[in-house]
Amino acid sequence: MAIPKVCGIETEFGIFNPTAPEANPIQLSSLLVNAYVTGLNRPSAKVRWDFEDEHPGNDARGWHMGGSMPPEVETHLVNAVLTNGARFYVDHAHPEYSGPECRDAKSATLYDRAGDVVLRDAMAAARESLPPGQEIVVYRNNSDGKGNSYGTHENYLMDRAVPFTKVISSVIPFFVTRQVFCGAGKVGSELPGGPHCDFQLSQRADFFEEEVGLETTLKRPIVNTRDEPHADSTKYRRLHVIIGDANPSDVATFLKLGTTSIVLAMIEDGVMDPATVSLAQPIPALRVISRDLSLSATVEMTDGSRRSALDIQWEYFERATKWAQSHGLESVVEAVGTEVLARWESVLSGLESDPLSQAHIIDWVAKKRLVDGLRDRHSMSPGDPRLRVIDLQYHDIRPAKSLSLRAGLETMFTDEAIITAATEPPRETRAYFRGRCLQRFPAAVAAANWDSVVFDLGVDPLRRVPMLEPLKGTAEMVDTLLEGCTTPAELLARLGA
Amino acid sequence: MSEREQIRRPAKEREGEAVAEVAPAKQGEKLKADLDELLDEIDEVLETNAEEFVKSYVQKGGE
Repeated sequence: MAIPKVCGIETEFGIFNPTAPEANPIQLSSLLVNAYVTGLNRPSAKVRWDFEDEHPGNDARGWHMGGSMPPEVETHLVNAVLTNGARFYVDHAHPEYSGPECRDAKSATLYDRAGDVVLRDAMAAARESLPPGQEIVVYRNNSDGKGNSYGTHENYLMDRAVPFTKVISSVIPFFVTRQVFCGAGKVGSELPGGPHCDFQLSQRADFFEEEVGLETTLKRPIVNTRDEPHADSTKYRRLHVIIGDANPSDVATFLKLGTTSIVLAMIEDGVMDPATVSLAQPIPALRVISRDLSLSATVEMTDGSRRSALDIQWEYFERATKWAQSHGLESVVEAVGTEVLARWESVLSGLESDPLSQAHIIDWVAKKRLVDGLRDRHSMSPGDPRLRVIDLQYHDIRPAKSLSLRAGLETMFTDEAIITAATEPPRETRAYFRGRCLQRFPAAVAAANWDSVVFDLGVDPLRRVPMLEPLKGTAEMVDTLLEGCTTPAELLARLGA
Repeated sequence: MSEREQIRRPAKEREGEAVAEVAPAKQGEKLKADLDELLDEIDEVLETNAEEFVKSYVQKGGE
């Protein structure tokens, strides 16, 4: 039986100060995150991330990388937990918003959008500590156009009982081909020595060199094996997906999370035999598909046949439809799964007949429409820097500058819902308990992370409340308890912590 | 190959559904008018010093 596909997205934002481009990005990121957590006097301002649970060197294939891995966690940099259950911090040289874990793809999409609210607030707060006329600008994208990439990672809860090798073989063809609908589009190529192209589907395809591996910054793999469940490690794994693009489009984000959740649930239910979708050469296929704007190119399969990305996606879709009938959609939440299947079919049909028909849904199509339109209008040559500006500004999250906000993309949430999600936690996962504790008892929470909240009552040693079950600590389970407690000591006593 | 054809619904059936929603010719005209308006708006907000702007946007480190 497939387990609930709890999921979420972490986004590293591109960052710079246009009037002082030489500024150190680590300092800019620290200033930005600090400005958000302190400048606006948020209740969670002093709550630090707890690193007890971080083991980025653990490999899902069953071993641990020792000293050869660079330290992934920089504990001296600013790191905050937000009342919506998210983590907002400086990851290397970028501000990163890791949305809270959510019960389904729709909720995870909403909390990903809420990240833009957090970043906009942070930019506004940071402006106050900068010289007049200067500002820190962030971009929801994955590349600077000069060969430097940064990630938008998805996370999915999986059943540890499923052999990881099975996951690998079944998801690789899916990850290589899903870019037809969740690619964010890119002007130009960043593949060293690779063939040039004016435009491609994916921000990230140029940066992947391996099929499977632990790395995230060098020799990036299609399937990342980092094994940090952030939950009961005897029962769960967390699939850490690093191949996705940052999607300004709500529907593209929703489809990326929703279709992937379904494919992973199918793997758990043992119905995703990868034999007919197995690619002969996944890395070259990833690049071919990214550069094929006609969506008609075929890639070689292990059995010697050739198939297009859409053809492979159709097979995943058809299998998903059958699976939904035989196994139900409970693991991905019935109503959400039904919507995912309907949108998935609609988007594949639309892409097959005319990609431009999906300009209101798919980022690469929306971006290409703007790039082509302005190129024709101003007779630009392919290398014109203005084309790169269009690409960059598509991902600008400032309402005054953003092109994606003007591109006519379908929205899935009201502004009000997104603003609320920037401070209120999702009700259906343990993120609820984390967020509510921060709202109710900010002075008593010393630290928090994905699977625990640490309280400092000022007298005893620090007390850790473990949350190893992602679906415990929900509103339904803890609301009455929290409402009945007037002090954190009372809460801990009643929890028996 | 045969298995794939069995499970995949005929292309005609799928196209029928997609076309039913909007007549393609009308949608094309509307898209073009919308695009002109959109490009006017974008011309106004696009960063002006494109070359300098693109050159200065450099991102090192991540993930």
